[in-house]
Amino acid sequence: MAQPPISRGFRGRKPPVQSDRIPPGQHLVHDFPVLSAGPTPHAPLSEWSFSLDQGGKALKEWSWEEFNALPQTRLKTDIHCVTTWSKLDTQWRGVSIDDLLKAAGLAEPPGDFTMAHCDGDYTTNVPVDDLAGGKGMVATHFEGEPLAPEHGGPARLLVPHLYFWKSAKWIRTLEFLDSDEPGFWEQLGYHIYGDPWQEQRYAGD
Amino acid sequence: MIRNGSDSAVPRRLQWQTAEVSGLIDETPRVRSLVLTLPDWPGHKPGQHVDIRLTGEDGYRAQRSYSIASAPESENVMLTVERIEDGEVSPYLSIDVRKGDKFELRGPIGGHFVWTSALQGPLFLIAGGSGVAPLMAMLRHRAAAKNKAPATLLYSSRAFEDIIYRTELERLAAMGDGLKIVHTLTRQQPAGWAGGARRIDRAMLESEGFPPAARPRIFICGPTRLVESASQIMLDLGHEANLIKTERFGPTGG
Repeated sequence: MAQPPISRGFRGRKPPVQSDRIPPGQHLVHDFPVLSAGPTPHAPLSEWSFSLDQGGKALKEWSWEEFNALPQTRLKTDIHCVTTWSKLDTQWRGVSIDDLLKAAGLAEPPGDFTMAHCDGDYTTNVPVDDLAGGKGMVATHFEGEPLAPEHGGPARLLVPHLYFWKSAKWIRTLEFLDSDEPGFWEQLGYHIYGDPWQEQRYAGD
Repeated sequence: MIRNGSDSAVPRRLQWQTAEVSGLIDETPRVRSLVLTLPDWPGHKPGQHVDIRLTGEDGYRAQRSYSIASAPESENVMLTVERIEDGEVSPYLSIDVRKGDKFELRGPIGGHFVWTSALQGPLFLIAGGSGVAPLMAMLRHRAAAKNKAPATLLYSSRAFEDIIYRTELERLAAMGDGLKIVHTLTRQQPAGWAGGARRIDRAMLESEGFPPAARPRIFICGPTRLVESASQIMLDLGHEANLIKTERFGPTGG
């Protein structure tokens, strides 16, 4: 729409600082809102595992103990939720996708695309180029504490440069695929890629 | 599986359109409903939401998501806005906006937290505060579609005057079509109050809801603490995770 209607009397509250870090249509929050489609899973850590899969088979699987023995990566980053909140300077710790590939003995990612599979049947698709090269991790800690269940604990995918639904909570498997397939929200009208700086909220954006 | 093939149609592109405020309803001291007239509304499913975008006279823009409170059968689209005291958008929508004012809107959005009359079985709706809005769309749709499958709304408010849609809910419950409405007031109860007087808890969910064997479809919407606790209790009571759908209203709706 070329000429948006002016909302008479609306003044708003401009972002005070660092507006260059807030993508279009987003606003800054200081708490950490919780959004999820169903009940929060509470799987015991003794039953938890994480795997890299391809073609329905595990390339490598880690128990909770094994997973936590992998090299740790710390990341301070901004996050952007499609429901329009952004949060700056969040601090995460976990295992980078690069280190997972290395620990699985894979010199190259075995596909160009991935699907994250989670407890509660949630899925989301992310291209490998958005995970490898230091861009993504499987996070187990937030602000120095173990990740709380409602925020995706024990472990969630973290792809902070995409809208936060891509950072799938309760991740258990990262499946490598040759083609891009839509995950849970992507099948329900959300954007297949989800770049907040392009404001790719919904299909066709 | 949560995924539902029927919701997976190729989505159409969501275009911004201009909504005009054609009606205002003061629901409670802190909550107001906006009735909107839209030039091109494709219809929605109860439970879906819209994005709205306000543009100030200086060009400043703010965008938020709001649940749709009206039934698909309704001519207009209704949004219900709770005022967040230090919010940026909700004070404008719940105090300043007048009939005839315009802003941008696009939708409907979301295909998971939805219920339509075509779905079989009992319906158990659990609401906290303004989280009742998308559930109200379901109840209005249920009445319009003359659906008589058993349904219960368990609705937690702080005080009697904070109950949103109170008289309409009374009217819906009096229709004798299988709908039961149970209120609980967590902070203050009027004299002679016969409803609940505490937060939604296990005993309440067990006695007011349906047994797991009846396989009710469960929709929970409200503040995070209520949603986390009620969904966990429903799992503990033996309800299947894929029948429990949640949506949360936090203070950051702003």
